[in-house]
Amino acid sequence: MIQDIIFAKYNYIIYITLMTIGFYGMIGKRNLIKKLIGMSIFQYSIFLFYISAADVSGGTAPILLKEPAVYVNPLPHVLILTAIVVAVSTLAVGLSLAIRIHREFGTLDEDKIIELS
Amino acid sequence: MIEHFPVLIIAVGLLGAFFTPIIGLIRKELCSPWASLITLLQFLISIFLLYQVLAAGNISYWLGGWQPPWGIEYAIDILNAFVLVLVAGVCFSVSIYAKKSLGFEVPGKELPLYTLYILLSTGMLGIVVTGDIFNLYVFLEIGSLAAYALIAVGDRQSLMASFNYMIMGTISASFILLGIGYLYVMTGTLNMADLSERLPELYGRPVILVALALLVVGLSIKTALFPLHTWLPDAYTHAPSAVSAMLAGTFTKVGIYALIRVMFTVISPEYVIETVPVMNILSWVAAAGIVAGSVLAIAQYDIKRMLAYSSVSQIGYIILGVSMANKLAMTGGILHILSHSLMKVGLFMVAGAIIYRTGIRNIYQLKGMGKKMPFTMAAFVIGALSMIGIPPTIGFASKFYLAWGALEAENWVFVAVILLSSLLTAVYFWRIFENVYFGVHEHEEIKKDEVPLSMLLPILIFAAITLLLGLFASLPIGVIEHWVTGVLP
Repeated sequence: MIQDIIFAKYNYIIYITLMTIGFYGMIGKRNLIKKLIGMSIFQYSIFLFYISAADVSGGTAPILLKEPAVYVNPLPHVLILTAIVVAVSTLAVGLSLAIRIHREFGTLDEDKIIELS
Repeated sequence: MIEHFPVLIIAVGLLGAFFTPIIGLIRKELCSPWASLITLLQFLISIFLLYQVLAAGNISYWLGGWQPPWGIEYAIDILNAFVLVLVAGVCFSVSIYAKKSLGFEVPGKELPLYTLYILLSTGMLGIVVTGDIFNLYVFLEIGSLAAYALIAVGDRQSLMASFNYMIMGTISASFILLGIGYLYVMTGTLNMADLSERLPELYGRPVILVALALLVVGLSIKTALFPLHTWLPDAYTHAPSAVSAMLAGTFTKVGIYALIRVMFTVISPEYVIETVPVMNILSWVAAAGIVAGSVLAIAQYDIKRMLAYSSVSQIGYIILGVSMANKLAMTGGILHILSHSLMKVGLFMVAGAIIYRTGIRNIYQLKGMGKKMPFTMAAFVIGALSMIGIPPTIGFASKFYLAWGALEAENWVFVAVILLSSLLTAVYFWRIFENVYFGVHEHEEIKKDEVPLSMLLPILIFAAITLLLGLFASLPIGVIEHWVTGVLP
């Protein structure tokens, strides 16, 4: 029973694990860059969920074929393409903020920044 | 042309943001009028859409001519159109105010600032106008990314405020994305109207519960509902005043709009009220937020920080009204979106005007300001009276409906909370009145020294609308009641 869940749905377990790791990184770590790494892991775990949900084993691309075939729903992939763009731009904003914070305070440690400001 | 207005309101903004840097390269001074022009166009379109919805019923616009649920649909009903006019109106008025205020607080950065300004406005309008739940997420991120950057141009501490907001905002957006994913996996559709038809047969499944929880928590972070409000005070305090005014008046309201839309359109009211007690939980959280926000506001001495905590409390009012889910309270809650937006934008603009003239942020140093800036402070008094809920202001009308709704629900705790918080609001605004009008300035002769007209005019207009809509409150109430009776049984 448990083996079935683990072997059939291991990608969902990985997604939950990654999500928790990312969430801990965002909340628990004090270094801003580590927070950003956590943020990225958190976002990518959600992409993994979408892609796993869309997968059909043995499915082909949804293009017109002569004979009927099993095909993969393209919509989740397209949605995730949008979400990846969003994640990259968020990361860019975050990194540029980190650069400016480092220039202003000379450190990336959150506790030290709170002391200095 | 006219039938394309729902998408033009977005297209105008996106094109406007794209051309801002080009215009800025020709002449930097042109950026601010350009932003005003774009937001004015959006405002005019939104007024027209409201008129059309009231006259001819709901609008459904098919993007690229693709029939929903296959294509993206822009669906506009009364609630959309109402929030649309509010958001676009605030964005336009603040853009006029921003010219001098931003020019003083962050000189020489017009080019990126106004690009982001138009993007933020467009993102918020997009959230409101869309009828596709994934589209809502994309516009939410467009608006949020612009907001993070706009907050970061403020003073020294604004960088950390913006960073923390970004972390919280990303958690919220990711939760929303995950919630949408669960709904999509279960139903195979992203269109809100289509979702609401397919979801009822799945209501017993735990997946819908998880999706609901993710969406509610995600949107609550965006609206800064009480225990999740931690990003808001820092962000509003350290951002440039014009940006604080705009965010306070619109961004959290758009979050509340999205929450209402998800609760009452995507997921049916019966499910969130009776089957799962989401509304009940939200109303108690909101009641706690009302009191906590007010108490925290009393403890502040920085005027912008005080207004920010007061926002936390007022957002509690709106959520409380919506989540009590009877007709009166819901009308009060949605009316409070309008009234809080009007008064808080006015108050933040006054705070910015004081900073522009004197650089003072501590409320105990405001002595003699009543003589120095009589018109600005008069507008402040009107806004503050409206916050307390004194007739004949719009704040009275919405609080009256909220209290009436709580009486109707026979929940005496909420009645007590609404009245007690009005008292606490009076306490924290009274400190300012006392210093501004009765405090004696020892050192120097006070001369009248008003802010420039382009800053004063929006402030006075907001004060006037606060008063006028209070006198003619039946106008917005009629519009809102029309929507509420259609949604609640």
